[in-house]
Amino acid sequence: MNDDVMVRVSDLTIGWEETILQEHASFDVARGEIFAILGESGCGKSTMLRYLIGLEDPVQGSVAVAGVGASHLEVSRPPFGVMFQSGALIGSLSVGENVGLPLEEWTSLVPEAIGAIVRAKLRLVGLGGTQDKLPSELSGGMKKRAAIARAMALEPSLIFLDEPSAGLDPVSAVELDELILTLNKRLGLTVVVVTHELPSIFKIVSKCIMLDRESRTIIATGDPRTLRDQCADPRVKRFFHRAAKEQ
Amino acid sequence: MKDPGFSLDARDAGGAAGVVRVSGKLEFVDAASLWDAATQILVSRSAVPATRLDFDLSDVTIVDGGAMALLVHLRNRLEEQGIHSEFVGAGPHVQEIVHLYEGDVHLPPRKKRKAQSALAQIGEATVAILHEAQLVFAFFGQMLVSAVRIIRAPRTANWKDVTPTMERAGADAVPIVVLINFLIGFVMAFQGAVQLKQFGADIFVADLVGLSVTRELGPLMTAIIVCGRSGAAFAAELGSMKVAEEIDALRTMGFGPMRFLVLPRALALVLVLPVLTLIADFVGILGGLVVGLVSLNLSIAGYVTETMKAVHLWDVYSGVLKSAVFALAIVLVACQQGLATTGGAEGVGRRTTSAVVTTLFSLILLDAGFTLLFHAFHL
Repeated sequence: MNDDVMVRVSDLTIGWEETILQEHASFDVARGEIFAILGESGCGKSTMLRYLIGLEDPVQGSVAVAGVGASHLEVSRPPFGVMFQSGALIGSLSVGENVGLPLEEWTSLVPEAIGAIVRAKLRLVGLGGTQDKLPSELSGGMKKRAAIARAMALEPSLIFLDEPSAGLDPVSAVELDELILTLNKRLGLTVVVVTHELPSIFKIVSKCIMLDRESRTIIATGDPRTLRDQCADPRVKRFFHRAAKEQ
Repeated sequence: MKDPGFSLDARDAGGAAGVVRVSGKLEFVDAASLWDAATQILVSRSAVPATRLDFDLSDVTIVDGGAMALLVHLRNRLEEQGIHSEFVGAGPHVQEIVHLYEGDVHLPPRKKRKAQSALAQIGEATVAILHEAQLVFAFFGQMLVSAVRIIRAPRTANWKDVTPTMERAGADAVPIVVLINFLIGFVMAFQGAVQLKQFGADIFVADLVGLSVTRELGPLMTAIIVCGRSGAAFAAELGSMKVAEEIDALRTMGFGPMRFLVLPRALALVLVLPVLTLIADFVGILGGLVVGLVSLNLSIAGYVTETMKAVHLWDVYSGVLKSAVFALAIVLVACQQGLATTGGAEGVGRRTTSAVVTTLFSLILLDAGFTLLFHAFHL
């Protein structure tokens, strides 16, 4: 795997013994890309993400992330950051403590330096001054921003986002898209995003794969704008043009 | 440990000004070394009176967010000390990161928080406790109103939840109630026997155990067990429903939480706790009997006769009456705390703990109240 490939998925089969969601999936995510995993509900997008970040063991095939092979969570510093759909901030910790958690675990920085990084990351995502608040005091959009700050704490070059715009109002969703673009362009961050928000896809995504629930395979790969305009597959057309299935 | 990819060098820039020349790669992997080196330089220069200290980034080839955040913090710290500081000479890419991390913004000085005095903290805590008590009383009022409505229109009650709750809170609790109360009777008889034997008053162990268990320990210990099992479960269950918006969903469908969730639990517990208390009385006395037979060589008939002489029907009734009130207190506090839950999992945990602690406190308080009341009326 060369330096320009951040994620390599080879012949991956995901699911459980009786429920296979996707079979023989293979794709690469290049450095600096905003890569989206698309598909209808139930096709295994979020499950695919769980395999990429090492929360599940492949039924078959392999996943290599940031050149280090499969992720070994809990034993070494993770080479990526993850934002879960709900934000998944720890409710008993303040927002600042949530962001500082990976820094305390994986660096030898003194508390003042950790505090400095935490405040800077929160300002970066537009949450300056919220470090002493509890997650329950934040709105849905703010929780997602705080989760991005936490995912960015260890300065990873790769970040995974699970449905970042889901449940947000249009203004917050656009602001979050702007933030992802800023992180990608200014910091060179590679972003893998699971989403089915079309405006967001066309605005930020440079490459995507589309999963299909019935065939349990990847049915399209490429630039989402090109796929929208040129792909002949009716399933892909339906997705990008918001058309219902013909009965 | 490999050498960091950067170097820092402080120089005077004429007058009371200085410059910290930063060069090389500023990466997060070297963040700890960068912090140590930079703070060391700032400490060494603190003896020199200065009005300006800039960071020269002209020789920085790479900088990432974490490293930049540390430099920005140190620059802000200098500014707070009244020393003007800026990042100068950065190339276009480095300047972009400086800008992203607000290294070109002069932040207003942070306000220091004033520590709250002990008296103010005690005052706030007292007000909070009184407020919680007020909420529990208000909840009791709502519960009574709902109960009256159900008495008027019994078909509107959620009767189907009563039996399963009775099974969970009552039948499932029998083994632990039996075990603990048997041991309580056993231990009390054993301790009493040691003292009473000295005066040849062995037989009075039956009086001691019989009265203590029926009037005080049976109802109280059983209520404490039920509080730990069912009270905590009620609070956690309702708390989880509240944070998952299930309570709101029920409301929108016309099911008031009081009628649909609280009253079935209250009824179930008021019915099962007196029964559990009677079981507790019986096994507590049985524990005393075992000690009487084994340790004091008393006969079964003698022990039972002495117990029946000492324990009157009112002693058992008073315990049962207390247990019904204890049941109401457990439901009242647990459900009130559960329905007051906010936040996520942490909120549920906090309210569950609070429900158990508040209920235990209420049980002891009520028990003391009953003791004074019965004493005042010579009961």
